[in-house]
Amino acid sequence: MRVGVFICHCGNNIAGTVEVAKVAEEARKMPGVAFATTYMYTCSEPGQEEIKAAIAREKLDRVVVAACSPRMHELTFRRTVEKAGLNRYFFEMANIREHCSWIGEDKELNTNKAIEAVKIAVEKVKQNKPLFPSRFKINKRVLVIGGGVAGMQAALDCADGGLEVVLVEKSPSLGGMMARLDKTFPTVDCSICILGPKMVDVSQHEKITLYAYSEIEEIKGYVGNYQIKIRKKATYVDWSKCTGCGACVEKCPSRNAYDYFNFGVAPCRAINIPFPQAIPKKAKIDPKFCRQFTKGKCGVCAKICPVGAINYEMQDEIVSEEVGAIIVASGYGLIDLDKLPEYGGGRYPDVISGIQYERILNASGPTAGHIVRPSDHTEPKTIVFVSCAGSRDKSIGIPYCSNFCCMYIAKQAILTKDHIPDSQCYVFYMDIRSPGKGYDEFTRRAQEEYGVKYIRGRVSRIYPKGKKLVVKGADTLLGTQVEVEADLVVLATAVIAAPDARILAEKLHISYDPYGFYVESHPKLRPVETNTSGVFLAGACQGPKDIPASVGQGSAAAAKVLSMFSKDTLESDPQIARVNQNICVGCRKCIRTCPFGAIEEQELRDGRIVAKVIETVCAGCGICNSTCPCGAIQLQHFTDNQLLAEVNALCLT
Amino acid sequence: MAEKEYVYFPGCSLEASAIEYDLSVRKVLGALGVKLIELDDWSCCGSTPAHSVDHGFAAAVAARNLALVEKMGHSTLITPCPACLSAFKKAHLRMEKDKDFQKEVNSLLDEPYQGGVTAKSVLQIIYEDIGIKAVAEKVKIDLPDLQVAPYYGCIINRPPAVMEFDDPENPVAMDRLMEAVGIKVCDFAFKVECCGAAFGVTKRKMVNELSAKVLAMALEAGANCLVVTCQLCHQNLDLRQEQINRTMGTSFNLPVLFFTQVIGLTYGFSPQELGIDKHNINAEPLIKSRRPVEERIKEEEEKAKAKKPKPKKAEEEES
Repeated sequence: MRVGVFICHCGNNIAGTVEVAKVAEEARKMPGVAFATTYMYTCSEPGQEEIKAAIAREKLDRVVVAACSPRMHELTFRRTVEKAGLNRYFFEMANIREHCSWIGEDKELNTNKAIEAVKIAVEKVKQNKPLFPSRFKINKRVLVIGGGVAGMQAALDCADGGLEVVLVEKSPSLGGMMARLDKTFPTVDCSICILGPKMVDVSQHEKITLYAYSEIEEIKGYVGNYQIKIRKKATYVDWSKCTGCGACVEKCPSRNAYDYFNFGVAPCRAINIPFPQAIPKKAKIDPKFCRQFTKGKCGVCAKICPVGAINYEMQDEIVSEEVGAIIVASGYGLIDLDKLPEYGGGRYPDVISGIQYERILNASGPTAGHIVRPSDHTEPKTIVFVSCAGSRDKSIGIPYCSNFCCMYIAKQAILTKDHIPDSQCYVFYMDIRSPGKGYDEFTRRAQEEYGVKYIRGRVSRIYPKGKKLVVKGADTLLGTQVEVEADLVVLATAVIAAPDARILAEKLHISYDPYGFYVESHPKLRPVETNTSGVFLAGACQGPKDIPASVGQGSAAAAKVLSMFSKDTLESDPQIARVNQNICVGCRKCIRTCPFGAIEEQELRDGRIVAKVIETVCAGCGICNSTCPCGAIQLQHFTDNQLLAEVNALCLT
Repeated sequence: MAEKEYVYFPGCSLEASAIEYDLSVRKVLGALGVKLIELDDWSCCGSTPAHSVDHGFAAAVAARNLALVEKMGHSTLITPCPACLSAFKKAHLRMEKDKDFQKEVNSLLDEPYQGGVTAKSVLQIIYEDIGIKAVAEKVKIDLPDLQVAPYYGCIINRPPAVMEFDDPENPVAMDRLMEAVGIKVCDFAFKVECCGAAFGVTKRKMVNELSAKVLAMALEAGANCLVVTCQLCHQNLDLRQEQINRTMGTSFNLPVLFFTQVIGLTYGFSPQELGIDKHNINAEPLIKSRRPVEERIKEEEEKAKAKKPKPKKAEEEES
């Protein structure tokens, strides 16, 4: 066996704190090593040529590169050795940068550590076996979870690219948060006017199957071949008959239902259609408030419906779909007002959230676009906006910025002045964050043209005084305390993960951060991928995002799916578990521990039951390997023998 | 009711300027079947002067008392004073979390503090250990004219990670206790605002302004009396009320009572027994209408009778 070792300087990154020549010198003494050298940038083209030339010249059959993390360049060097005629798995990487030169300052210790890392890699590579990927067919359909603007954009781009799309939306209508907005910054164009056409496109696209008021029940399978179960929640209205005429809503005697679409600004009927432009425009019953359900008698809607669509006996229905990729665009949530007791959130009716104010401003909202106080329906003259209400507040576990509040506050203040010319708006802010295109100009316009008074400082307390609310805070620019007597207070409540984000993540096998936002594969270079291949992210489920960013991600995720589906088959990774059926005793422990359901029972001809790995499902995590009591199941490229060779190299020599 | 026993730390001001707080605590807890064992040889809790100079020293002064509690074989210490409570809790927590700090503090003490004492306020043990139901059962007297604004002050429940009691922004323990003994409670927005605290010594003007706001907001809320749990709040609001009126041009005449004094009145103790006569602002006009609870019940029954003949309205509240 002839191992070649290449030690990379990585400029000064490694050579600055590791004596690379010494490492090469020591490597030459290691058993099996036929050749060792150093190179300034091994990953560069000449660096790779050097490896290829050495393989031919020195007749090398194994290669070790001691350089950066395998996450960076393992694939590069695997291709290099493959081009030189070796199996790509006859290659090992020793990480002497992230694990060594970057973290220690003592050159001698670093050099010793680098030598040990090389020694480990040499022993490992000598144990390596040639591995070969296989190819499998993929199902070129895509599931999009979430029918907000990000999900709709992803669905439309995929469908326009010729893919069949299954779009699942939790609420009764498409549109998400954007459908609730009145105007959008910084252009102040009507939100539903620009979103509406997209919603229509989605509903009319022949390639898109829409499941509204439905949720993901179960996801099985793997990239290219997923089996999805979707729960169509009972609406108690047969949507194949419902024409959306609204007669039932008008006659419904239960008028105190919670209006989810309007964030409870005013109550709605127990049977309702969320908003005039809803798609699908179908009625649904909220059984928590419907008298037929709470009191067992009523039936008004059933009597009034001209097409007989009402069905109080309706049950949830589970439907199955098969897809090859998944785009997650499940959106975000907002903290409850009562999480902000210092602002009287939830206690004082005229302290409302930004999204509630958006509904009040909206012509199709509960006040028909007239700005009135929830308490007494009078028109407010002094309106105070409090930014960072919960955001950037470690004490309630939300240290991050909610991204778009600065902008929508400026927009709402401008709209307020348009609605009520003799009004005065105040904005308490920590910093004005307006880095988008045309954004800073917009917040300046609010201040300069609309006379919105921006006070830099936080609000400590809001309390009622007569019919007014006193907003007490600091003006940190003047270094003084201020009190503003307001008629209405709007809190820019913090953006949080969608309510069931964690549950969905677990069904998808994707990771989420401590706040419940989904984690992308790389924060800069793989922003819409996840670490689970075949699952992509779009929009605010990954972190607070405004409309342009969400739309951009929707398109990006669609492009990723389209590029993946441009091939007919995918290559499987051969680094998966394999069972030696001669040794396997059929104890089934591996079947129970596998988190991916990738191991099944197989009955051999002699009647013995043994474990069998489903190649395409196995993710190569290795849990089965460490569970198996007799070493029958081995994770390829990380077998017991290979890992023990590494340990022995470190501990026995 | 099961007999309860607590080690009691009155604190320095409860022996002098706020002796009436001590009197009323002892009376009320006695009526509730609680036995108080005064901490033997107790000393200063550390208070503001100590911790504004040296945290280690402040913790040592507090921990000396906690060590005494351990020596008595007890694990709970109760005190009416929120500042003492805060000193005990802070010393205990920091010593628990930071072993070096624990060593430093214990090196100053003759007998080390082992970390086994939970400090609680009198308010907390009445609210949580004894409970609203038991408190309500002892009520004998009705105070029909009293409308209170419960004022918690800044530290009895804050910072929440240290004090671990009630809601930090909208506490309700005193509200619930006052309701339990039949007192009308006003919705008071300034429950936890600052009264100015110990700045009464150095920045009198500021304290007058802050305390004036608390008084004004209590009147705004419709209260005719403030109920407090902190003797420093009491001092700023009651003792300084004339000074506030003089400097701020106001004309407040708002009695300020300790919550234990109000409970004590409903249990039938006299204002003198509870030290109410020691206050600067006379509460007598508000409490002279007190009467046995039975009279109120009779009156309410008569009112209910008088109302009954009205025709019944349909139950449908929604349509």
